[in-house]
Amino acid sequence: MAAYVLRRILLALPALFGLVVLSFVLVRIVPGDPAATLAGDAATPQQVEEIRARYGLDRPLAEQLLVHLRQVMTGDFGRSVFSDRPVAEEIGQRLPATLELTFCALAMATVFGVGLGLAAALDHNGPVDHLVRLLSVAGLAVASFWLAILLQLLFAMDLDLLPLRGRIDVELGPPAERTGFFLVDALLEGRRDRFVDALRHLVLPAVTLALPGLATIARFTRSGVLETLQKDFVLYARAAGYGRFRLAAIYVLRNAVTATVTQVGLLFGALISGAVAVEAIFDWPGIGTYAVRAILSADYKALLAVTLVVGVVYAVVNVLVDVAQGLIDPRVADTSE
Amino acid sequence: MIALRRLLRDPVAALGLAIVLFALVVAVFAPWLAPYPEDAFESHIIQRLRPPSAEFPFGTDALGRDILSRVILGTRGALVVAVSVVLAAALIGVPIGLVAGWREGWLSDLLMRVTDVFLAVPQLILALALSQLMRPGLGTAMVALALTYWPFFARTVYAETRRLRVSLFVDALAAIGMPPRRILLAHILPNAAPAIIVRATIGMGFTILTAATLGFLGVGAAPPDPDWGLAVAESRQHLPEAWWFSTFPGLAILLLVLGLNLLGDGLRDVADPRLRRSRG
Amino acid sequence: MAEPAPPTLEVSGLAVEIATDNGLARILDDVALAVAPGEIAGVVGESGCGKSTLVRAVLGILPRGARVPRGAVLFQGADILGDGAAAARGRIGFIPQDPYLSLNPVFRAGDQILEIMRRHAPGRRADHVRRLVDLLRAVQIPEPEAALARYPHQFSGGQRQRLLIAAALSCDPALVVADEPTTALDVTTQREILALLARLARERGLAMLFVTHDFGVVAGLCDSVTVLYAGRVAEAGPVRAVLDEPRHPYARLLLACHPDRATDLAGIPGTVPPATRQPAGCRFHPRCPIAVADCAAAVPPPVAIGGGRRVACPRHDMALPVAELA
Repeated sequence: MAAYVLRRILLALPALFGLVVLSFVLVRIVPGDPAATLAGDAATPQQVEEIRARYGLDRPLAEQLLVHLRQVMTGDFGRSVFSDRPVAEEIGQRLPATLELTFCALAMATVFGVGLGLAAALDHNGPVDHLVRLLSVAGLAVASFWLAILLQLLFAMDLDLLPLRGRIDVELGPPAERTGFFLVDALLEGRRDRFVDALRHLVLPAVTLALPGLATIARFTRSGVLETLQKDFVLYARAAGYGRFRLAAIYVLRNAVTATVTQVGLLFGALISGAVAVEAIFDWPGIGTYAVRAILSADYKALLAVTLVVGVVYAVVNVLVDVAQGLIDPRVADTSE
Repeated sequence: MIALRRLLRDPVAALGLAIVLFALVVAVFAPWLAPYPEDAFESHIIQRLRPPSAEFPFGTDALGRDILSRVILGTRGALVVAVSVVLAAALIGVPIGLVAGWREGWLSDLLMRVTDVFLAVPQLILALALSQLMRPGLGTAMVALALTYWPFFARTVYAETRRLRVSLFVDALAAIGMPPRRILLAHILPNAAPAIIVRATIGMGFTILTAATLGFLGVGAAPPDPDWGLAVAESRQHLPEAWWFSTFPGLAILLLVLGLNLLGDGLRDVADPRLRRSRG
Repeated sequence: MAEPAPPTLEVSGLAVEIATDNGLARILDDVALAVAPGEIAGVVGESGCGKSTLVRAVLGILPRGARVPRGAVLFQGADILGDGAAAARGRIGFIPQDPYLSLNPVFRAGDQILEIMRRHAPGRRADHVRRLVDLLRAVQIPEPEAALARYPHQFSGGQRQRLLIAAALSCDPALVVADEPTTALDVTTQREILALLARLARERGLAMLFVTHDFGVVAGLCDSVTVLYAGRVAEAGPVRAVLDEPRHPYARLLLACHPDRATDLAGIPGTVPPATRQPAGCRFHPRCPIAVADCAAAVPPPVAIGGGRRVACPRHDMALPVAELA
């Protein structure tokens, strides 16, 4: 198993290297001049040249790429041209907010998606099945920014049940920072009020973000369970006297979720995309809003760093998914064959 | 024709087809269908933010424009974006998938690694960055979306080509001396067409969602375009009073994407019985 | 079979119907057989003759949409077709056809068998483990303690079938139902498994219902045999008598055309009719060389002909044309 995990990690490294190179090349070869954008519309040609020299944009592209790679290796992402603070520091502050949000959304999507998918498969062609199928198609068709606004309108403005935006009440203040995850930090300092408040702030953005993933997971679980139910070993288990619940909820589900787990990994990219819009609407101080700000202010150092960080998170999640696959299905990790 | 009949036998897929056809009709005849076609760019501040009524079934927006008319007028834009983005993405992705699937060795490996790297970057961030770097606007947003969607075509076509390459009929064609280029274009491509069509249908739904998100974030369509995503963005300042302002353009997105997804699912069933959602 | 003991399993007048797209299919019709304690009863027939449905009816796992319009399945005197099936199944072990597909690949083999034991007899896991290790030793699995922790794909096909035999024995059964347990295995492994089954049945005094398409297996293993054709019993009786002197034209054709009798049931002209379009009267008459007009008119009931034998053919005394036997 350890060898298997190590191999997965080593396989992810070239992809990350490719990501660094590719994002750099993309940012630099597309039409448009970062120096001109940075300088603003009113700048004189001379000012543009100054900025070009200051950021090393006048050197050959290959040299710039090497400099960039060396900096990335040492964890130096340069300074943000927007705030003039180190990009690494800014991302370090914002990453936990996004991770807290996306992990909550992913957990919600997985729990409800697997449950609904299983319920649908066991009620094949029945009312529950039809309802879940409809929900799963609709869940993928909803624009998350629109859903976010409707949820705000209903639960925050009309019913006044949940907070409209932010991570925590301003007067309450954030918990002392240890992990950057407010839920965890609030528990660590034993502040129940902060924990509840942070949780209440999480509900609407997490639900918005979870819906498309929930739909996908429900779909894959449903078809996985239906497929597994056809297998000989299910018939055998029935004949041998397995209980109905145990058969469906444990025996069949474990086989059925292998395809679902792969989807969870692939979904993570979509979740980060979704987080960009969701964070913008809920004023969530994560890297989604940071990326939008970096893009709109042509802060290309920040943008390159965000892309890499997202790529690393994506790679880590997918290594975890591979590990989960190996735990669920022993044949995957078995290298002896 | 057989495919169409099989498609129509599935009520869910037929519903999807009906929605898509309806949207096409609305898009083509929008100027005649919209009650106030001039509201695409004219404003009437005096009647701003009126709730839905017989006169304005979906209400009016912050500039007093009829939302129903703007939803109807926006259909054309949404479909044009969807079709052209998916077409452009297919033009990039399909040849890459064909070549990578047919060839062995470093070229194939390199193409697929690049494809995977593109897939690892969240589409929205990539599209946002690209469209911003190329001067924001609807045109650049479309280019950016095409540049982010082609890997899906490359992956699909790659898998199909790999599957077909080892089939007997390809061996037979190679044995009679047919050049690879002809085998790829005249034999493998048509066989991969169903998978490409399914991918394109679902891609259109996805593109409409992403384009609307770009519009919402301010790097896609610009005012006074009757763009659905833009309308939802504009509506935010007038909540919670003008609920209709954000609701109806969002519903239009939902309906069109839903139609495309249902149609895509139905097409998938028709194209490949192995993937059929088993319905017993 | 010296003294007539009350049968462990008694199937009488059993009919099973399944609704299909092409109409109602009568998969089994008027099937009767009995298995005494310590007896190994073979059921032989071509594919599609209803063997698997018979097995599923006995095990109480008929597919959804199947109906039983008539008949009974008695296990130790109690009807297990209706209620009480679950309770009775506790003492019926099952050996499935395909050892490769019948174990769930993502769970440890030991856990899967222990779960079966737990369902049938609540008790301490440690006790079950001890019993299971004894069983694995009895079915000749090497290093039984270590085998418990392994996954199905880490066993060979023959070992997997041994595992499934151990699983069938784990509930201390009075009856074991084996559904072509050796078809998926290579010939050498087949022999070992059959020898193992014969020994275990003898040692433990098990009643066994052994379903197969292979007369050779029946000859080597079974005490009695029932020949099924298209869902009906063609001929039944003690294995030696039936194999040495078959009376039903179907059984005669099957056995006569091959010198050493170890034949698959494939050498007869024509095919088994689909279950939705059965011919009227005797279902074999379209393929039968000695059929007459009456054969299409009425269903011939199985008739006792002495020596514990039954034959469902009124013309069982007629000689077959020589050409057919050549």
